[in-house]
Amino acid sequence: MTESSCTKYELRCNECGKSYGNQPLSACADCLAPLEVQYDLDTVRGRFTRDTVAAGPSNIWRYKQLLPIPEGFEPDLPVGFTPLVRAKGLGKRIGAANLYVKNDAVCFPTLSFKDRVVSVALANAQAFGFTTVGCSSTGNLANSVAAQSARLGIKACILVPADLEAAKILNTQVYGARLVRIDGNYDHVNRLCTLIADEYNWGFVNVNLRPYYAEGSKTVGYEIAEQLGWKLPDNIVCPMAGGSLIRKIRKAFKELVALGLVEDKPVRFFGAQATGCSPISHAVREGWDHIEPQRPNTIARSLAIGNPADGPAAAKMIRETGGWAEDVSDVEIVAGMQELAETEGIFTETAGGVTTAVTARLYAHGRIKADETTVVCITGNGLKTTDALVGRFEAEPAIKPRLAAFDEYLRSLDAPAPTFEPEQEFELAGGAR
Amino acid sequence: MSIKVTLPTALARHTDGQKTFDSEAANLPSLIAEFDTKFPALSANVKDEHGKLRRFINVYVNDEDIRFLGGDTHAFEDGDEVMLIPSIAGGSADLQPRNPHPNSILVR
Repeated sequence: MTESSCTKYELRCNECGKSYGNQPLSACADCLAPLEVQYDLDTVRGRFTRDTVAAGPSNIWRYKQLLPIPEGFEPDLPVGFTPLVRAKGLGKRIGAANLYVKNDAVCFPTLSFKDRVVSVALANAQAFGFTTVGCSSTGNLANSVAAQSARLGIKACILVPADLEAAKILNTQVYGARLVRIDGNYDHVNRLCTLIADEYNWGFVNVNLRPYYAEGSKTVGYEIAEQLGWKLPDNIVCPMAGGSLIRKIRKAFKELVALGLVEDKPVRFFGAQATGCSPISHAVREGWDHIEPQRPNTIARSLAIGNPADGPAAAKMIRETGGWAEDVSDVEIVAGMQELAETEGIFTETAGGVTTAVTARLYAHGRIKADETTVVCITGNGLKTTDALVGRFEAEPAIKPRLAAFDEYLRSLDAPAPTFEPEQEFELAGGAR
Repeated sequence: MSIKVTLPTALARHTDGQKTFDSEAANLPSLIAEFDTKFPALSANVKDEHGKLRRFINVYVNDEDIRFLGGDTHAFEDGDEVMLIPSIAGGSADLQPRNPHPNSILVR
């Protein structure tokens, strides 16, 4: 086992329990199941407390004893510790009395929750001695790997589907990373990356470094519990792409319970997907323990993984907790983005539109009761997917810089909508006004 | 008729390092059956207790997931490239990492 600030951890197979020490490896050599980082929590018991956490920095490294951080690594990027905001406005709109938004749209440094996983993955990439790192990405991960590897002076090679949003491509290139656009969807890109990782001695954060990378997601869970005053919520609503984040939030809660930082209580987990790519929500609704892969077709490109690696485990976990999963249409996704912006002043990307719209539906269908404490996980920033809103807002006419013009303009906006006789309507259409 | 089968490094340790080979199999079940005689160690590794391919392995035919093509019933065609990849692939699985982790028990 490797020690991380006095915590022992190692890779272990989820299925057969075989141990692998610490190495850049993601699947069990015997049964090919995913490997996961396991901790010897006893080594940190009594030394990871509410007080020691409070004395730490205001970022994810306050929880570093529960992260797979190699000895000697000195984190210096203030990643995470994003706001947990009471969402009264959105709650009023959807009938929720105790609603909170965990706002990773403002995560440092690249405005998505991927900053958390990348910082943990790159700490390990350096420890393993990789001089080039890479990833397959739907955009946010690409941005974060590009930014953080630039700061660390590690070369980055990033593979993305060719049809990615322009903002996400630009937000990768600006850091000087090598960006390779692949003529295919994310699942094609991901498969190619597994082949590349086989042949090149590179650290792919979500391939051979995946077990370490995925642990970074736990920090969302630690922060939620701490920001609720060291309490667990009744419900979590979480977007699902590969199906990893939702499971890691639960793992975080379990660790906090095991170490006595929060009281144990049942927490239900609800998954959110876009209907155009809904393999996990489909599996949850059908009660399957497997995933039927889909060909993604949705504007929520950051969730467009048709063959999610952690999908079967996520579906199983959701049902175990008494939760549920829903998926929403592209129209509902855009409405969700606008709803969150208008009620809470939070501009999220399409994935956040998915989560917001699914949350509204869960309340409307009575799956979540009004008084329950619910945390909605917003994972990305709306500035990266502005193309989803093209045509939603008209370009306003420019007016003269005069008070009279302003007065007139306001009056024209506030004027009651005129009612027209059919012939008047015809006139308007003809441009007679 | 002949197809070209490709294995990832993680599985090639069961085939004496052979990562590609030709096969006459007409479909996925007959390819799996062929493993029994050609590569018994591979066969034992990739099959579950019911003799089916483990659920952590994905099969691709000419870049397409075989589940989109009809799965077990899909008939291979001459020249097809068939690839087996663990669903969460990555790493050499050789317990001797090329870049040892500092302080790891593997190095001590």
